[in-house]
Amino acid sequence: MSDTHHHTHSSADAEIRAKALESLLIEKGLISTDLIDEVVRQYEEDIGPLNGARVVARAWTDPDYREWLLRDGTQAIADMGYHGREGSKIVVLENTASVHNLVVCTLCSCYPWPVLGLPPNWYKSYAYRARAVREPRKVLSEFGLILSEDIEVRVWDSNSEVRYLVLPEQPAGTETLSSEQLIALVSRDSMIGVAHANGPV
Amino acid sequence: MPDNTPSQIDELPADIAVPRDNGELQFAQPWEARAFGMAVLLNENGSYPWKHFSERLAETIHTAESHGDESAYYERWLNALESLAIENGLVSRDELTQRAIEQAHQHNHDHDHDHDHDH
Repeated sequence: MSDTHHHTHSSADAEIRAKALESLLIEKGLISTDLIDEVVRQYEEDIGPLNGARVVARAWTDPDYREWLLRDGTQAIADMGYHGREGSKIVVLENTASVHNLVVCTLCSCYPWPVLGLPPNWYKSYAYRARAVREPRKVLSEFGLILSEDIEVRVWDSNSEVRYLVLPEQPAGTETLSSEQLIALVSRDSMIGVAHANGPV
Repeated sequence: MPDNTPSQIDELPADIAVPRDNGELQFAQPWEARAFGMAVLLNENGSYPWKHFSERLAETIHTAESHGDESAYYERWLNALESLAIENGLVSRDELTQRAIEQAHQHNHDHDHDHDHDH
């Protein structure tokens, strides 16, 4: 019998424990209410998939940037002003006519925060984490993405040191679009690899 | 990893859309956002490398899933954060327990107060 391992898992219980931890950390001068507010605000308002969409659109229109991005994703993304707070490396994976990349974190929820914000709930689900590696084509089909058998599917398992961002293929017929128009075609899901970029409207 | 994967992926939300500035609502309740912010800030002020938090979170998730525990994502996040904070000497388990009891007392008091009209 162990009291310390007894968890009721009620949300009220978690709320109380979170408040207890926060008040102690504040008393010890380790954090402040204002700093927490600011971090949360940044992740709710400033840091999101739009950052990644800007990176992708630049890579579509600038061959030198594309080459840099694929060679050193972390630095090329930092050049856009997007830095990983938690200091992990970002590797960019290029989708082509013959290779499709899919990103998962089988252990938890590692994700390229600086360019995509925080992960969607399905990315954190047990079903996605377990099945993306085992039956990627079936998972993709459930997202509505049916890939022909001659396209190789590569699944990349993120971890605490390396995060992955998919560079989707530029849709045909979008060569003359402006940068802003291209950015609008790049969905979050296309940068995780569960969708293609959207076609021209 | 257990092999009897539930086919919950059928329930994947159909929010495959052009991203809004921040995609989707991240936090179901305010305390989840607080727990998220605390973990990020403690990493930034050098209390632990992110790798340590990330690994602890993975362990916590693995333990919960292998026991069929239905706890939600941010409850696991909070468990990982508490255990890492204790292990790194930022807080002690005793003071955390004591403070939680005080908070619960306050919480119940507020709750009772809210319902005074009903009794």
